[in-house]
Amino acid sequence: MLGLFPSDVRSGAWCAAGLVAVFLLLFLVMPVAWVFYTAFVNADGSPTIGHFVAFFSQPLMQEAFFNSLYVAVMSTVFASLIAVPLAYFTVRFQFRGAALIQTLGVLPLIMPPFVGAVALQLIFGRSGSINLLLNEYLGFSIPLMDGLSGVIFVESIHYFPFVLMNLTLALRNIDGAMEEAAMNLGCRGWRLFWRVIFPLALPGFVAGASLVFVKVFDDLGTPLVLGTTNMLAPQAYLRITQVGLEDPLGYVTSVIMIAFSIAAMSLSARMLKGKDFSTIQKGGGAIQRRVLSPAGSLLAYGWIGLVMLLVLSPHIGVLLLSFGNVWSFSPLPDAYTLAHYATVFQDAGSMIGNTMLYCGLAAGLDVVLGTTIAYLLLRTRLPVRHWLDVIATASLAVPGLVLAIGYLRFFKGVLVPGTEVLLTSTWVMIMLAYAVRRLPYALRSCVAALQQIHVSLEEAAESVGATKARTIRRVVVPLMAGGILAGFVTSFITAAVELSATIMLTTSQSQAPMSYGIYLYMQSVAGRGPGAALGVLAIVVVALGTYISHVVVERTSSRFVARPVEEEAPLPFGAVPAKI
Amino acid sequence: MRIDFRPLLTLAALAGCAALHAGTVSVVTSFPKELTQAYKTAFEKANPSVKLEILNKSTTAGVAYVREMPAGQRPDVFWASAPDAFEVLVNGKLLEPIAALANPSVPKTVGSYPLNEASGMYLGQALGGYGLMWNTRYLSANKLPAPAEWSDLTKPIYFSHVALSSPSRSGTTHLTVETILQGEGWDKGWSELLQITGNSAAITERSFGVPDGVNNGQFGIGMVIDFFGLAGKYSGFPVEFAYPSVTAMVPANIALIAGAKNAEEARKFIAFSLSKEGQQLLVAPQISRLPVLPPEQLKMPAGFPNAYEVARRTKVKFDADLSATRYNVVSSLFDQTITFRHKELKAATKAIHGAEAALARKPHAEAAALIKRARSLAFTPLVSASMVADKAFLTMFAANKKDAEANKRITGLEGDWSGKALENYNQARSLAEQAEALLK
Repeated sequence: MLGLFPSDVRSGAWCAAGLVAVFLLLFLVMPVAWVFYTAFVNADGSPTIGHFVAFFSQPLMQEAFFNSLYVAVMSTVFASLIAVPLAYFTVRFQFRGAALIQTLGVLPLIMPPFVGAVALQLIFGRSGSINLLLNEYLGFSIPLMDGLSGVIFVESIHYFPFVLMNLTLALRNIDGAMEEAAMNLGCRGWRLFWRVIFPLALPGFVAGASLVFVKVFDDLGTPLVLGTTNMLAPQAYLRITQVGLEDPLGYVTSVIMIAFSIAAMSLSARMLKGKDFSTIQKGGGAIQRRVLSPAGSLLAYGWIGLVMLLVLSPHIGVLLLSFGNVWSFSPLPDAYTLAHYATVFQDAGSMIGNTMLYCGLAAGLDVVLGTTIAYLLLRTRLPVRHWLDVIATASLAVPGLVLAIGYLRFFKGVLVPGTEVLLTSTWVMIMLAYAVRRLPYALRSCVAALQQIHVSLEEAAESVGATKARTIRRVVVPLMAGGILAGFVTSFITAAVELSATIMLTTSQSQAPMSYGIYLYMQSVAGRGPGAALGVLAIVVVALGTYISHVVVERTSSRFVARPVEEEAPLPFGAVPAKI
Repeated sequence: MRIDFRPLLTLAALAGCAALHAGTVSVVTSFPKELTQAYKTAFEKANPSVKLEILNKSTTAGVAYVREMPAGQRPDVFWASAPDAFEVLVNGKLLEPIAALANPSVPKTVGSYPLNEASGMYLGQALGGYGLMWNTRYLSANKLPAPAEWSDLTKPIYFSHVALSSPSRSGTTHLTVETILQGEGWDKGWSELLQITGNSAAITERSFGVPDGVNNGQFGIGMVIDFFGLAGKYSGFPVEFAYPSVTAMVPANIALIAGAKNAEEARKFIAFSLSKEGQQLLVAPQISRLPVLPPEQLKMPAGFPNAYEVARRTKVKFDADLSATRYNVVSSLFDQTITFRHKELKAATKAIHGAEAALARKPHAEAAALIKRARSLAFTPLVSASMVADKAFLTMFAANKKDAEANKRITGLEGDWSGKALENYNQARSLAEQAEALLK
C-alpha cells in the first residue's frame, strides 16, 4: 500500500493525476517558484535563510501576523452568523422567495474592486450616508470602517456567500430520512439543527468556512482600501510594489502566508477525516419542507431582510453612484443622470465579451481540474493525491501580482507555436491566471460534493457491469452536479472581478476584460460615475451568466436524475407527508 | 482532462496579430483615461497611418512590465509622473536617449528643477506642484477655516480631518515630503510632518486615494498634486485647491523604451506630446495639468495656475541630488514611524491636543512640563539631522537588500524604529493624559 506504485491504482488514475500535475507545475509552481527564489538567496545568488531570520526579528511582522489571524477568525465567525440562518431557513423550511434570497446572497462576491470600496465608504464611511444622518439627527457617528473591526465588517459581508453556497448545497444533499427519523424520535427545533442537520452538512460548512478563513487571511484589497497596513498581506504587497526597491521581505511574507494557508486548509481537512458524511440517498425532491410558526416566520423574515439590506448595501451604493452626478459629503447624490451609462456603452461591448470568454473558460477548466482532483483524492489510493490538493489550494495565497510577474518571467520569449506572437502578450495568459487563482474555490466545492456521495452507488454501478469511466460519467458527475455548478459559479464570478493579475497581464485594450475597464475609470476624478456604471454592468452580466449556468446545469442534470426519482417516489415519506 | 489547447492558441495568435500590426505605438502610462483618450484622438487625427495603443498600468506594474519583456517585444513609450520610476528604468538600461525630441521653446528649468533629464533619457511633458485640496462642504459642516500653509495642518482644529499618501507608495508624495524637509530643515520638517500625520484621518495606499476621499467628503483636506484638485474642481465637485508657499514644481515625464517594437513612430508621438498642439490638450477641464510650454504660448482657461509663477514664488530651492541620496531613509522612516504606527501616533496627538487645550484654560507648571516632554517624544524624528548627513549611515541604507546580511542590518534598524516609535507614542500619550489629569 505504501509503495510508490500500489497495484490497486488504475493506470487511468495515474494518467489523470499526471495531467493535473503537469498543469499545476507549469502554470502555478514553476512561475511562482521563479519569483519566490528571491526570498532564499543573496544578491550574488548564494542560498540563505537570512531573510527569514530578518522577518522574524521584526516585531511589526509578528504583530501583522496576529492581526491577520484575528481578522480571519473573526470574519469567519461573522460570515457564518450571516450565512447559516440564511441557508437553513431557505432550504429546510417553506419560505417565500428562497430562490431570490439565494441568488441575491451570491451578489456580494460580485463586487468589482475599488467600486465596492468607494460605495461602502459613501454609505458607512466617516462621512457616509449613515453617519451623516446619525450625526445630524442624533449627534453621534459610528466608526464602522475604522481599523481591524472595519476590515472584519467588510470581509464578512463580502465573503459570507462562500459559506452560504456550500452550506445550501450540503443541506440539500442530506437524506431527508435522517431528519424524519430524528423528528419521529422527538427531536425538534434547535436540537434537531444542532445534533442532526448541522453535523450532516458539516463538509459543506467546513468547505465554505475554510475558504472564508484563508481568503480573508490573504486578502489584500480590503485592508489596503481601509488603510490598515499592519496585516500580512498589505505588508507583503507594500514591499513588493515599492518602486525601484527589491525587498526580499515581501516575498518572504508571501512564502509564509502560503505555508500558513496550506496548514489551515489541511487542518480543516483533518477535522473531517475519519468521519463519514455520505448518505446513500440524496435529499432533493424527497424532502418535506417544514412550515414556520407565525412568530418564527416573522423573526426569520425580519432577520433575513435586515441581513440582506446590510450585505447588499455596497450594491445599492454602486447603483446610486452610477446614476449620481456629484456625490460629496451628502447622504445621497446631488442630482441624477444617465450620462455615465452613455459613456460606458461605447467601450463596454468588447470588455463584456472578453470577461465572459476568459472567466467562462477559466471556470470550466477549474471544475474539470477540481472534479479530477476530488475524485483522485477521495476514491483512489494514489500516493501523491494529497499533494495535488495541497498545491492547488496553495494558489489561494499567491498574490495575483506575484503570479503575473511569474508568468512574464517564466514564459519570457516563448512564442505561440507557428507564429511570431509572444505567449505572454495573448489573453491565454490572463485566462490561465484566472483559472489557477480560482481553482481552490472550485476544488473545495467538488470535494465537498463528492464527500456526500456514498461509494456504494458507484459500486452498484460497477457491479452491474459499468466501466470505471462510464460510472464516473453517468453516476458520479451527475450526482456531483450541484457541487460542480457551485464551483463553476464561484470561480466564474470571482474571476470576473480579479484585478491585480489582470492589470499586469493585459497587453492591449482590445483584450481587456471589464475589471480592467473599471480600474481604468476609477483612476480619475471624472471617472467615478462611468466606473460605477461599468461596475453595475459587470454585476448584471455576471449575475446573468450565473443564472444561465444554473439553468443549463439543472436541465442537463435533470436528464440523469429523472428516472431514479420516479423509482424513489413510492418511498414512505414521499407518499405520506410527515406531520409536523 | 480532455482539454485541447490548440484552437485556443490559434485564436489567441489571431487576436494577437490583429493587435500588433505595424504602425502601432504602444504607450505604458499611469495617466487617467480622459488624458490618454484626448492624446490618442488628437495624435491619430494628425497621423492617420499610426495607431496609438494605451496600456494603462499603475507605475509599479508598468515598470515591472517593461522590465520583464524581452528586448524587441517591449512597448514603445513610458509616460508617468514619478521621476523615481524613470530612474529605475535608466538604471536598468531600459531607455533610449531622446534629447533631440525636446521642444526648444520649453525652458531649461522650472524654478531650480531641471525640466529634462541631464542626458536626455527622459523629458518633462507636464508640470505638477503639490498643494492643499479641501472639500468646502466638509469644512463648512465642521466649521473649519480653509488652510493656506502646511503648518496650518498641525493645528488641533484639523485633528482627523487631513489625509495624505506615503512616500514609499507615491513618488509625488515623496517629493512633497522631501520639499517640506528641504524647506524647513530636517528636524523641523519631520516634526511638522509628524504633527500633520498625527492629525490625519488616513495614510492612503495610493496617491489617488487622497483626492478621491476629499471629493466624496470622506476627508476634509488632502495633500495632493495640483491636477487632482483642479480636475475635481472643474468636474463640479465642491473642492478647492491652493499652493502653499513651500512647494516644488516638478515635471511628469515621457521616455522612449529601449528595445521597443516601433521606435520610429514612437518618436513621433513623443514629439507630438511636447508640441504646442500636444501641450494645449493638457489644460482641458477634466485633465487640468500644467503644460511645460510657457502659458504665454498657449490658450489658457481663466484662473488656470501658471506653473512658472508658482515656481518663482516658492521658498524652496529643491535639491534633487540631496533627495536621491537619502531616498530610502526618508521612505523607510516615514513608513516605520508613521504609516505602520499611525493608530498610536494619532492617539498621542489627540491626547496632547486635549492636554494643551486644558492648559490654555488654567496655567500649571508641572502639567506644562509634562506636555513639553510628550510633544518632544511624539514629534521628534528617530533619525537626527547629523545622522542622515553621515555617509556611512546612508551607504548602509543604500546597500542591496537582496543580501541577507545587509537585509538583516536594515531590517533590524527598521524594527528598532518601529518599536521605538510605538514606545514613544504610547509614552507621549500617557504623559499628556497625566498632564490633563493634573489640570482637572
